[in-house]
Parts: sequence; C-alpha cells; structure tokens
Amino acid sequence: MKSPVRLERRLTQPKSLNWLVPVLSVVGALFIGAIVLMLTGKNPISTYHRILTTAFTSFDSLEGTLRSATPLAFTGLCAAITFRSGIINIGGEGQFFMGAVGASLAGIAMGGQPKTIIIIGMILTGMVFGGGYAAIAGGLKAKFNTNEIIITLMMNYIAGIILDYLIFDSNSYWRDPKSFGFPSGKPIVDAARWPIFHLGMDIPFGFVLAIVVGAVLWFMYSRTRFGFEMSVISDAPAAARYVGIRTRWKIVVVMGLAGAVAGIGGASDVGNFRHILDAKGLQLAGYGYTGIVVAALARYNPFGAIFVAVLIGGLTNAGYALQGPDFPSGLVGTLQGLILFTAVAGEVLTRYRIRRAGHEAMAVTA
Amino acid sequence: MNHNLFVIMAASAIFYGTPLFFAALGELFAERSGVLNLGVEGMMLIGGVTASWTSQHLSGTSWFVVLVSILVGAGSAGLVALLHAFLAVTLRVNQTVAGLAITIFAGGLGLSSYFASVWGVAARPATHPIRILDVAGLADAPIVGPILFHQTILTYFSWVLVVVASIYLFRSRIGLQLRAVGESPQTADAMGINVVKYRYIHTVIGGLLAGIGGTYYSLTVIPTWVDGMTKGAGWIAIALVIFGFWRPDLTLVGAYLFGAFQSLSLILKARNVHINGDILNAMPFGMTIIILVVVSGGWANRRLGAPASLGIPYEREER
Repeated sequence: MKSPVRLERRLTQPKSLNWLVPVLSVVGALFIGAIVLMLTGKNPISTYHRILTTAFTSFDSLEGTLRSATPLAFTGLCAAITFRSGIINIGGEGQFFMGAVGASLAGIAMGGQPKTIIIIGMILTGMVFGGGYAAIAGGLKAKFNTNEIIITLMMNYIAGIILDYLIFDSNSYWRDPKSFGFPSGKPIVDAARWPIFHLGMDIPFGFVLAIVVGAVLWFMYSRTRFGFEMSVISDAPAAARYVGIRTRWKIVVVMGLAGAVAGIGGASDVGNFRHILDAKGLQLAGYGYTGIVVAALARYNPFGAIFVAVLIGGLTNAGYALQGPDFPSGLVGTLQGLILFTAVAGEVLTRYRIRRAGHEAMAVTA
Repeated sequence: MNHNLFVIMAASAIFYGTPLFFAALGELFAERSGVLNLGVEGMMLIGGVTASWTSQHLSGTSWFVVLVSILVGAGSAGLVALLHAFLAVTLRVNQTVAGLAITIFAGGLGLSSYFASVWGVAARPATHPIRILDVAGLADAPIVGPILFHQTILTYFSWVLVVVASIYLFRSRIGLQLRAVGESPQTADAMGINVVKYRYIHTVIGGLLAGIGGTYYSLTVIPTWVDGMTKGAGWIAIALVIFGFWRPDLTLVGAYLFGAFQSLSLILKARNVHINGDILNAMPFGMTIIILVVVSGGWANRRLGAPASLGIPYEREER
C-alpha cells in the first residue's frame, strides 16, 4: 500500500509544539465544525462571530466566561493530574458532584461560624468528598487491577443518582423542606457564599482558587520528589517498581488528589455560583467530561489547563447565552468534541514528522 | 394475562439486553483486532438519531422503513467508527483518548443532540417503530411464549449473529487471522496478514453493530428520541466484553444479565414493591463495578484475558 506521506518518528520534541499543537487543534476543530454547520444549513462565519462576541469581547461577556471557566479549570486540572500519570480518570464528573454534596453540607451545617471558617470548611469537605470518591476507584485499580476508565464512568452515573436521591427522592438534609412542587436544594447560609472580587470586572473567588491550585500542582510536579516519582511511574512503571517506588499506593494517592481538586470545583459551584446543591443543573452541565477536553488541549500542563479552561469556558458561556432556534443545542458539545479530536490527532505531530514518501530515498542517492 | 415474575424478568432481560449485546459484540470485534474503541456510547447515539430521522422521513411499507432505518443507523455509526480507526490505526494516537473524543463529540451533549435539534427529531415519535413480533402465533404460549416468541426482529437477528460470530472467530481462517492480529500484529504481519486492513474492517464492524444497538433504543425501547437516551449503555457494553472474556456467547449471557438489572426497577415499580427507585437505577452501574472487580483479579484474567496487543498501535518500522 503506497501512501503519499509517511510518518517518521521524531527523536526530539521541539518546544514550540507545546503551543503550536493546541493552536492548530482549535483551528482544525473550528474548520471541521464549519463544515458540519454548512452541511446542516447554518452560516459558520456568523455563528462563530456570535460565539466570539458573546464570550470574549466585553467585560460583561468575560464575566460570564470566567463563571463558566471556573468549574472547567478544576475538572481540567483533575483530568490532567491523572492523565499525566497514565491513569485515565473519567470520574471528574462524579467527583465534582460529590464535592458539591460535601460543600453544601458544610455550607448549611456551619451556619453561625465566621465566614472564613465556613469557606475553609466547605473547601475541605469538598476535597474530602471528591477525593474519597475518587480514591475508591483508585483503590480498586491498585488492589484488583480493574479498568479505572469503566469504574470511574460507572461511578459518575452513580453520583448522579445520589444527587437525584438527595434532592428529589428523599427528605434528606440537602433538600429544601420549603420547596413544594419541584423539589430543590436547601440554600447555604449567607455567610457561606464565596466572595466575588470587583477588579474592573467580577472575578469569582473560585477562579482565583483554581489558579492557586494550578500553581501548587505545577510546583509539585516540577520541584518535589513526589512529582518526580510520578513521572517515573508513568514513563517507566517497571523501573519505578525496581527502585522501590510504591506504585500501587501512588495510584490511590493520585486518584485521591485528582478527586480532591474536582471536589474543590464542586465546592465553588455551591459557594460561588448556585448556593444550593443543584441536582439537575450539575448533571446537565457535563463539567467533568469537558474537563477532559481542557486537560488534553492543555497537554496536561497545570497552567495550560487554567488558560484553556477560559477558552472553553467562553465557548460554553456563548452556548448558554445563544441557545435558541438558530443556535441548536449540542453545537457547543460538538465543537468541544471536535477540539478533543484534533488535540488527539495533533499528538501525532509531537511524535512524528510528516514526510513526503520517497523523500528519504532521494536523500540517500544524493 | 398475568405472568409470574420469572417470566416477565426473563422476557425483559432479553428485551433490554439485546441492544447491549449488539454494542458489546461490536466492541468485541474491534478489541479482538487490537483496537480499543471507547466511543461506543457516542456511536450508539449517532446511530439512534439518524435511524429516528430516517424513520420519520421515509415513506413506504413499515418493514421497508424499519429496515432502511436500521441500515442508516448502522451505517452512520460505522462512519464514526471509521474516524476512530483512522486515528487509532493510521495516526496511531492514544486509543483511550481518541475513543473518549468520539463519545464527547458524538454523545449526548454533542453531535447526536445537535442533529436532533437541527432536524427536529425529538419533536415527534418514530413513525415506524420496530415492533415486537408474535412469532408463529406462539407469543401466548405458557412461559416460553413471552420469553422467546414475543421479541423484536433484532433479537432474533442477534441470535443468528451470536452463532455466526462464534464460528467466524473460532472456526474460520479469517477469524484465526483476526485473533492473530489482536494478539501479535508483528507475527501476523510476518505471516502476510494485512494488519491495517483487519483493524480497519473490524473497527467499522464494531461501529455498525453499535449503531444497530442505538437504533434499538430510539426505535424500540422508547420509540421517541431523547438526547443521551442510551444512558451509559455504551459503557456497560464495553464492560460486558471484559465480562464475557472476549467471547460472543458469554457476552450474550452478560448482556441478558444486565438487561435483567435494567428491567428490574420497572417491574418492581409496576408491582408497587417499595424499594427506593434510585437504588434500582444504580444497580446496573454498581453491578458493573462488582463484576469488573471479580473478573479482573485473580485467575480469570490471566487465563482468559484480553487480546495481548489491545490498545497498542502497530508500527511496522519498530519491529
């Protein structure tokens, strides 16, 4: 079989690919998206123009974008932590839900305490709930070598059912007893609401927290023994075992850490934005799955994840704002999926250079 | 007619297990060739929405419309699978992430929902649902009637398929070569087998079957389109392949077991049994976890394990 091009393995990876591949991915995804739009009778240029103006071109629109970016930054970091360790945690969704469950518990039960204490309490319970939930999947993988992809996915569905149970199908502590007709979550106390900083535009505390978490993770991966051991485990698992790194235990720790980060995201959802445990809203949002797109496009880099979260957050924000007859639902998800596609396909550029077939033969004869 | 609980359970286990089996058998073929495709959920939904649209817009006799709808559903999911094959086999990217990309791209929040809203599929029920048959007038026969003779045409097709697939995999030359490709593509290549061709073909077969599974959801189970209506069936199908040790017959057994779990909540609700509905809804997912734990640890995995080069791209130059 003769192909006009061939893939040749790269011996070194040029640094420029770290930003070139994501940029090309987004451009490629928008191009394929434009074809889909045209095939279904929509005008791609006006659609993209509306997304751009709705998401990025004014302070008002940027505020909405940061709001959408905050949960994605946390789920993106959650996916990045595990993916770069070679563990495929799809459970950011469920871990985010559980974080919201924990944080709303604290936000309701700690009424009467000082604001700072309540917020710290919400972050910590969010971390414990999200991290604990993820650690179950990590423990099963470490002990029984179960496929973490399927386990975390099943646990996402179970977490969704837990939300349904707490709000719709029981008289739980989380359900608002005053909500007749359509049940809803009990509001957290006023002091538990997270601050929003006014610096020309509204910046939610949760977003600042995501940047801090990103910085801590970056430090951990590049400057500590733990980070070094993690990269050995992902690059050479056998070598890691020979030098005495406790690989099984690390799987549980990494999963727990990732879940804790997603859990803070869930806490920010309750503290900064919704102020209740919103069973329906959380399940419709799909933060966890979008977080995987964020992580892949950021090439699993913590700071990159924050930046990409803003980009994808803008897309999500535009999707909410524009949804209507000429902006079909599913378009944003389709574009996000396409971005993940092109990001994965772009992986090829980092590992291979693309050559015209026959090129090499000529070089030899010359 | 008042059937006892066992009969209803068995009949609905088969009814709800059939789409799981189609999707799982498709994944089994892809995995036997060494390609892991986590895009099953997305492929099922694309198959479901395109079949639904076809059923609404085609005129003709009912069986003709149903047949074409199934073929369209299978074909469109097959195209999505072709995309996965291109990424996984030709570009040799990480198959796990590529499969996730398929599900996010095509899934409940993605292209299938986009198509549904652009085409207005959700607005009306399927005009030609796949009907439950009364085979040879035996549907009312005691016990076996409702279980075996009161199913859709796709269930009977799946019974043919499980036999054909088993013979194909374990008794035919092509099946032997397919397994060789999945176990050791290097050896297969040395024997003169076209690894790329085998992987492409079987990944696409996987897509076709997932599409039929999706069609079953949108034209039979609830013959109206709902975004994300497969609700995780694609993922359960992937787990079923592991549960069935990559064998069609055991996969069928697993599919019916999960069909039984899925139907249990409906049956008990109808009988006013007071068990919390959420616990029953969570059961298929919880059972998947338990079963994976059981088959992953210990002897089972070592003896009847996965194809040895599952998920590993084949690069000829690196032999």
